[in-house]
Amino acid sequence: MPVALASRVLPLLPLQLLLGICLREIRSRHPRIFDRLGSHTGKRYGLDPTDLPLAFVLEPRRMNPRVTVVRTLPPGVDARIAGPLSALIGMTDGSYDGDALFFSRDIQIDGDMEAVVALRNAIDDSRVDFLAESVAWLGPLATPIERLLRGLVAPPSFRQEMGVGGGG
Amino acid sequence: MELICPAGTPAALHDAVGAGADAIYCGFNDETNARNFPGLNFNREEMRDSIAHAHRYGVKVLVAINTFARAGNVDLWRRAVDDAVECEADALIVADVGVMDYVARTHPQQRLHVSVQAAAANPDSIRFYVESFGAKRVVLPRVLSVPEIAAITREVDCETEVFIFGGLCVMEEGRCSLSSYATGKSPNMDGVCSPAGAIQYREENGALISRLGNFTINKFAKGEAAAYPTLCKGRYQTDEGCGYLFEDPASLDATTMLPELRKAKVSALKIEGRQRGRAYIERVVKTFRHALIALEEGRPIPADELNGLSEGQSTTVGAYKKTWR
Amino acid sequence: MQLTLGPVLYNWKPELWRDFYFRIAEEAPVDTVVVGEIVCSKRSPFLEEHIPAVVERLTACGKQVLMGSLTLMSLVRERKAMAELAAAEEFTMEVNDLSCLGMLGGRPHAIGPFVNIYNEAAAKFFVSRGAQRICLPPELPLSAIRTIAKSQPDTTFEVFGFGRAPLAISARCYHARLNKLSKDNCKFVCEQDPDGLAVTTLDDEPFLAMNGVQTLAYACTSLLGDIVKLDDAGVGALRLSPQQCDMVAVAQLFRDVIDGRLDAAQGADELTRVYPIPVANGFLYAKPGSTFVAGAGEVHRIAPVA
Repeated sequence: MPVALASRVLPLLPLQLLLGICLREIRSRHPRIFDRLGSHTGKRYGLDPTDLPLAFVLEPRRMNPRVTVVRTLPPGVDARIAGPLSALIGMTDGSYDGDALFFSRDIQIDGDMEAVVALRNAIDDSRVDFLAESVAWLGPLATPIERLLRGLVAPPSFRQEMGVGGGG
Repeated sequence: MELICPAGTPAALHDAVGAGADAIYCGFNDETNARNFPGLNFNREEMRDSIAHAHRYGVKVLVAINTFARAGNVDLWRRAVDDAVECEADALIVADVGVMDYVARTHPQQRLHVSVQAAAANPDSIRFYVESFGAKRVVLPRVLSVPEIAAITREVDCETEVFIFGGLCVMEEGRCSLSSYATGKSPNMDGVCSPAGAIQYREENGALISRLGNFTINKFAKGEAAAYPTLCKGRYQTDEGCGYLFEDPASLDATTMLPELRKAKVSALKIEGRQRGRAYIERVVKTFRHALIALEEGRPIPADELNGLSEGQSTTVGAYKKTWR
Repeated sequence: MQLTLGPVLYNWKPELWRDFYFRIAEEAPVDTVVVGEIVCSKRSPFLEEHIPAVVERLTACGKQVLMGSLTLMSLVRERKAMAELAAAEEFTMEVNDLSCLGMLGGRPHAIGPFVNIYNEAAAKFFVSRGAQRICLPPELPLSAIRTIAKSQPDTTFEVFGFGRAPLAISARCYHARLNKLSKDNCKFVCEQDPDGLAVTTLDDEPFLAMNGVQTLAYACTSLLGDIVKLDDAGVGALRLSPQQCDMVAVAQLFRDVIDGRLDAAQGADELTRVYPIPVANGFLYAKPGSTFVAGAGEVHRIAPVA
């Protein structure tokens, strides 16, 4: 996959900076996420795109939320969500149903299930769109780059396999 | 027939309105409702705004206050009732006789629905709720066949509502303590069944093992469709055999039963799944809206469109066709 | 504190069922006995011919007799049978489903553990409709039991004290399903398991017990060590649910501990010999019902006394 290739040669630092900007955007535009997370804002989530040679540690703290890019997930995260990048992103923007992805074994989850459920519900309600938020700071370039990224992470065949996302 | 759709968040409620719901049911973010999950449900302000939004589109909102009030703290349930009335809920869905009594006395004009958790499974118990509290509708348990539903609907003086899609209780709802036996948390008291806090998933050589509290509920081979560790849909052993002793992990899909349910004069069709995400809500609501239009126009109803969204990736018509009777 | 012998929940051979009650009548130190088939109406006809003799013997021996209603009724014949039972003035009914309340029309009755009474508001409602005794749901914690019992001091509140706790009821028969039979043609396979069929997890942990349409705990509830706390909470009676063991001995152990003739710990040891199944009391302490809380000491009062 092109994304995997790109990220293998990509140094982590620029990606880390990009995610930092993205997270700040989200914090200011979707404060309700933190209300819904409640006490789970103190948790550490490991997000593990299985088709990429890297992973993310998300700490959705209300005051200074943080996401760290790592080569492999460190031990001691409270919960881990693993699956193809397109599935992980599709869950956040409402195009995939997280439960269905779990039933079909496309994603794996382990650890603190309350934390996972709270995060899923908080993000589902917020309508946060990670791709759009990531490129928003690019100004006029945002739209074409977003389209490019969408093409990369969600090939249409994958969506049909999921049995969701299409369907009128 | 009214299409009643679930919403666990304001965003899901908006999507359900857009997808063609006639009414939406939802609850407050505490143990007064039977989907008391982390990060789910509505605070007071969200409830008021969401009901106003739905009303602008001519969609009703039914507020579920459908757990059994905790002794010594019944006021939490009474406040939920007062606030839902104040938010202009179109109906309250209630299970506890003590709470129904409060609704009937304090808000006699408020439309009252009998929750499925109240286990009103025959005309005598429905009559009890209608006569005692003026209930206008009863949500029937998922243990009845369509002929039984038709007979009940004929015999009672209130509307009937039945589930057509989603998670399926095989035990009579509101009378099941399996969850509290294994985890200490019950649907009746805490609004949760097989709660997230008691679930552990473990991968072992490609197999997925699910545990609830101290008990192993299932093992899924590599590639086998998975399911929640809901107690009544676990794999167990007895001296006489092993497997899904109570029910397979499948979801209800009564699409094919819609013509019969209409003939049975059922008033409302309910989709389960307040705990599911917007992707589920939108897809399921749209599919059933199209199915109902097709039914109206006398066209064939497309079936099996929603398997991917179901537990174990499979569906059943449940008790509606009692193959096991 | 009184003792109540709950109804036999399993499919026992009719003659053994009758003889069981004859012995209870003569020998068991219980105050109240609930009689009748409450789980599956298909079993009822076999017991019917013995019921008059059983009731007569129990009454003659000074026991108060309650007639238990079905827990789940959907067929017309089931509803009719319950209406007839409710109309029989010579019996006091123990209501296990709200359907029966209308049939009783306000006449005094008892309420069994299958009616959802979780709080003082619900208890008040049912008392106003003629409930004189209420056996609370097995999953209720002590704090709730206390609040409810103290709110209606003139009503006898009962708690499930011994036996496999009933956990769920279904329209579907799991014994039939296991034996690949339909419910209508079930061949009464549940009679092979007069103490319930043990259900274990895939890791061989004992978990549940299957009894036709009913599902019970594998563990045996025992509140023998909690009697002082129950008494303090205002509980007026303990329910002993018949299992395949010497129920006269079980009743005697409970009686002796209640009356202070036997130490609770010693009683618990004896009980394990009479019925060698792991014990549980977790529900009482708001813990998983499958667990046992030993020597819990003073239980913190969570709910205020009404």
